Amino acid sequence: MSKRIDVENLDVYYGDFLAVEGVSMAIEPRSVTALIGPSGCGKSTFLRTLNRMHEVIPGARVEGRAVMDGQDLYAPEVDPVQVRRQVGMVFQRPNPFPTMSIADNVLAGVRLNNKRISKGDAADTVERSLRGANLWNEVKDRLDKPGSSLSGGQQQRLCIARAIAVEPQVLLMDEPCSALDPISTLAIEDLMSELKNDYTIVIVTHNMQQAARVSDRTAFFNIAGTGQPGKLIEMADTPTMFSSPSVPATEDYISGRFG
Amino acid sequence: MPVATAPASSALTLTGNRLPRWAPWASVAGSALVAWGVLVLTGEHTATTVAALTALLHAVALTSVSRYVEGPRRATDRLATTLVTVAFLLALVPLVSLLWTVVSRGAVLFSGTFLTTDMVGVFGDMTSGGVAHAIVGTLMVTLTATLISVPIGLLTAIYLVEYGRGPLAKGITFFVDVMTGIPSIVAGLFAFALFTLLMGPAYRSGLMGAVALAVLMTPVVIRSVEEMLRLVPNELREASYALGVPKWLTILKVVLRTSVAGIVTGVMLAIARVIGETAPLLITVGMITRTNWDVFEGRMATLPVFAYSQYQQGGVGVDRAWAAALTLILIVMLLNLVARGISRAFRPKTGR
Repeated sequence: MSKRIDVENLDVYYGDFLAVEGVSMAIEPRSVTALIGPSGCGKSTFLRTLNRMHEVIPGARVEGRAVMDGQDLYAPEVDPVQVRRQVGMVFQRPNPFPTMSIADNVLAGVRLNNKRISKGDAADTVERSLRGANLWNEVKDRLDKPGSSLSGGQQQRLCIARAIAVEPQVLLMDEPCSALDPISTLAIEDLMSELKNDYTIVIVTHNMQQAARVSDRTAFFNIAGTGQPGKLIEMADTPTMFSSPSVPATEDYISGRFG
Repeated sequence: MPVATAPASSALTLTGNRLPRWAPWASVAGSALVAWGVLVLTGEHTATTVAALTALLHAVALTSVSRYVEGPRRATDRLATTLVTVAFLLALVPLVSLLWTVVSRGAVLFSGTFLTTDMVGVFGDMTSGGVAHAIVGTLMVTLTATLISVPIGLLTAIYLVEYGRGPLAKGITFFVDVMTGIPSIVAGLFAFALFTLLMGPAYRSGLMGAVALAVLMTPVVIRSVEEMLRLVPNELREASYALGVPKWLTILKVVLRTSVAGIVTGVMLAIARVIGETAPLLITVGMITRTNWDVFEGRMATLPVFAYSQYQQGGVGVDRAWAAALTLILIVMLLNLVARGISRAFRPKTGR
C-alpha cells in the first residue's frame, strides 16, 4: 500500500503571488524523499499541495499536474477529501485533539468521519497504529488519558499513529522533528526507516544530517530573493546530493556556505 | 520603622533595603487612625470620608517611606499597587451594596410560599401572594428567546468564522455591531409592531416578548460565539482535514467540540443580559395575576415587569418588588452555576 507521485510543472499560488514555480519530480514508492532548502523557499507549500491541504488557505491555488498512480490529484472530478484519506500528513508542531483521549486521537480519522467501528476493531487499530508509531509501550496503560498529557515527542508520535491509523498510501511530514529534543528526534527517525517499508514518505527538514540519515532521495529548493518564486534546483539520490551535487548552490547550502 | 541593614552601596550590589512585609498593613492602620482622629475633630467623620482620607494618607505615607528606604522603583511599585487596590475596592462598593440592599429588603417577603403562589385574589394591603406566575413567565419567555437566538447566532458565527469572506461577511459583522447597540425599548416596539401586523392589534403572547428579547440577544450570542470559534487553533482544523474529514464534520466535531465550553458561557452571558429586561416585556407580554404556561397565547407575568408594577403600586407592593428582584438574581446565579457545570464537563482535558 504505497504509491508513487509524479509531479509535472507544478506552479503554486497564494492569490496572485506565485510562491513555487515549475516543480517537476518523481516521488518513488516505499522510500523517503527529503525536501531541503532555506526558509521561505516553498518546501512546505509544495508539500501541502501533495494532499491538497494548500487550498485550505483562502485564495490559494495550484496549476500543473501531480499524478498519483495514473490519477491527477488536481483533475476537476477529484474530491480533495478523498485525496487526504490517501495522503496523510504530520505537521511541524504536534497537534493532538485536546478534547480526545489517546485512544480516541488514534481513532480520530475513523470517529470524525462518522464511521462505525466495533470495539474489537477499534482496539486492534489503536494497538497496531501505536505500535507502528513506537508509542504503544509508553502509553498502553493510559489510553483513556488526554492526548495533551503526553510529552512533545510522544505527542508527535501520537500524531504519526493517528495519520497511519487511516492506512494512507503516502505520508507527508512537515518538519516533524523541529520542535523535539534529540532523543525524540531519533525515535521518529527510526520510525521513518521502519515506515518506509509500507509507505511512501515525503519529509521537509531544515536538518541536513537528518536528510542524509533518513532519506533515499533529496530535493533541494531555493529562492532567488524575496518576492521571487521558489524553485526546485536539483533532485538526486541522497548520497549523490551530499557528495557530489551538480549545482554549486546545492553544495553551498549543504556545506553551510550559503548566503 | 525598622529597616534591614544592607551593605554600603557599590556598583555591583544585588541586595537592597526592603520594607518588612507588615509595612503596608501598618500604614493602612496608621492612616485609618489618623484619618478618624482628624475627622472627628473637624466633626465630619462619616464612613465615606474616613475611608477616602485613609486611602489618601496611606498612599502618600507608604510611597514616601518606601521612596526613602527602598528607592524610587519600589516606591512607584507600591504606589501602583495601592492605586490598583483602591480601584478594586471602589468597584466592589456598588456590587456589595446592591447585593446587600436586595437581600436585606427582599428577605422581608421572600419565602417558600412567595415562590409558589401567584397573585390571583390578592388585593389592597394583603401581604399574601407571590411570584410563581412571574417565575414561569420569565423562564418561558427567556427560554423561547434562547431557542430563537441561539441557532441563529451559532450558525451566523460559524458562517463568519469558517466560511465568510468579502463584503457579505463584513456587512454582517457591521450590522451585528449595530444591533448590539439597539435600545431595548426599540426591540420591544419592533416586536409589538411585527405581531400587530401579523396577528392583529389585540394579540398578546409570550412569543412577542421572546422575539423582542431575541433581537437583543442574537448579536450578543454571535459576538461571543465568534470569539470562541476564533480561539480554536487552526492546527486542529488542519489536523482534521489531513485525516480526510470533510469541512462540515470538522466544524461539528472538532471546532464546536473544542469550543463548546466557551460557547455555553457566552450563551449564558447573553441570557443574563436579557433576563432582566423590563421595557420590551412591559409593552409586549404585559402583566397578569395567574400562571400562563402557553407562550403562544395570552399575557404573561415576568419578574422584572412584576417588580416594576408592584413598586408602582406602593405599600406592600414595594416589598414584593424587592423579593421579586431577589428571586431574579437567584435565578441568574443558578443559571450561571449550571453553565459552569456544563462548561467544566466539556472543557478540553489538560494536565497529566
